[in-house]
Amino acid sequence: MSPVIEVAHLTKRYRETVAVDDVSFVVEKDTIYGLLGRNGAGKTTIMSILTAQNFATSGEVRVFGESPYENAHVLSRMCFVRESQKYPDDATAAHALRIARLFYPNWDQDLADRLVEDFQLPLTRRIKKLSRGQLSAVGVIIGLASRAEITFFDEPYLGLDAVARQLFYDRLIADYSEHPRTIVLSSHLIDEVAALLGHVIVVDRGRVLLDESAEELRERATTVLGDTATVDRFLSGRDVIHRESLGRVTSATVLGALSPLERRELADAGLELAAVPLQQLVVRLTLHAADTETREVVR
Amino acid sequence: MDEGRALFLQIAESVEDSIVGGTLAEQERAPSTNELAAFYRINPATAAKGVNMLVEKGILYKRRGIGMFVAAGARAQLLAERRAAFAERFIAPLLAEARKLDLDADDLTALLREHAAAASTTIEGTSP
Repeated sequence: MSPVIEVAHLTKRYRETVAVDDVSFVVEKDTIYGLLGRNGAGKTTIMSILTAQNFATSGEVRVFGESPYENAHVLSRMCFVRESQKYPDDATAAHALRIARLFYPNWDQDLADRLVEDFQLPLTRRIKKLSRGQLSAVGVIIGLASRAEITFFDEPYLGLDAVARQLFYDRLIADYSEHPRTIVLSSHLIDEVAALLGHVIVVDRGRVLLDESAEELRERATTVLGDTATVDRFLSGRDVIHRESLGRVTSATVLGALSPLERRELADAGLELAAVPLQQLVVRLTLHAADTETREVVR
Repeated sequence: MDEGRALFLQIAESVEDSIVGGTLAEQERAPSTNELAAFYRINPATAAKGVNMLVEKGILYKRRGIGMFVAAGARAQLLAERRAAFAERFIAPLLAEARKLDLDADDLTALLREHAAAASTTIEGTSP
């Protein structure tokens, strides 16, 4: 696998705040990445810098092996669907699609036409007058039909109802299967997108908390449930990211894969084992990181 | 799909289920990676991993330019495999629950006989 994006020690400061703090990662070709994290974690800033819409304070960013800044050769191969894309006041959706068609070399007009129908997007209405969901649909259609080698979707679903979101995921999978390319999808709706992702990067307060393939992640954490004393015996010496009790029953989430032998021993001891869904893992890791940091500061 | 288990294993199992259940016959074309990805709404790379696992096991084979097909003898192979895993998968949890409820092996045997008999009369009763 060859990386299409390389980020090394990227930092972005706005006066007092550090939006991105010494971040390093690579993005492999033709893979669907999930860029996950809380609001203000730095996701949008990272994507803006990768697409040359914002400047890094320090560190290095390479896209297709080159710097993206003022580099038309690189920029025409990328599409960034922003959560709050601005359009000229009198522009219609038809205008936006026509401009996208001129800009993106791999643009597929048939696909765009089909998506306009799927999302029932009124083409002649001014974008200013569109609903939030229709505005999101404009971005989703451009993101899919541009078939750029790297496409960033930054929270692309705002205002889209459950049916329209499902439509987006279905069209994304179908088109990606036919035309593999690199997709970076930033989303809060982790449960909805978990199965689509090939790789997951979690950012928290400007730092990378997790950078792993989706399959590895599924085996990364386990929740054990059972008698408190038995659970606590198992927990000693392990990396516990969550623990709660109800009466004499305790549920705890630990990091690290369990061997088949360990699993059997736990089952024999009467403990229930459950895998941790991606959304829960992200929530627990993020809270755990905040907690650890607070403790360090207090110390 | 069950979020907690490796998705590619679940994909492989779903294809195996169709073969064991007889809805996918030997020498018939199996669903493609893209069809599986679209149907289960999962990453195509994950679906491909599941399909490749079945190719490595000799359950599916590739015909160049046409697609994946179910190998001859695949069903017998899967039946043997599942029978071997039957005790671990079904009997172990059954015994664990029975222990909690103070049911011993004799109670279980009686229950099994009773249910098997009821099931077979239902099937005989409904068949033409």
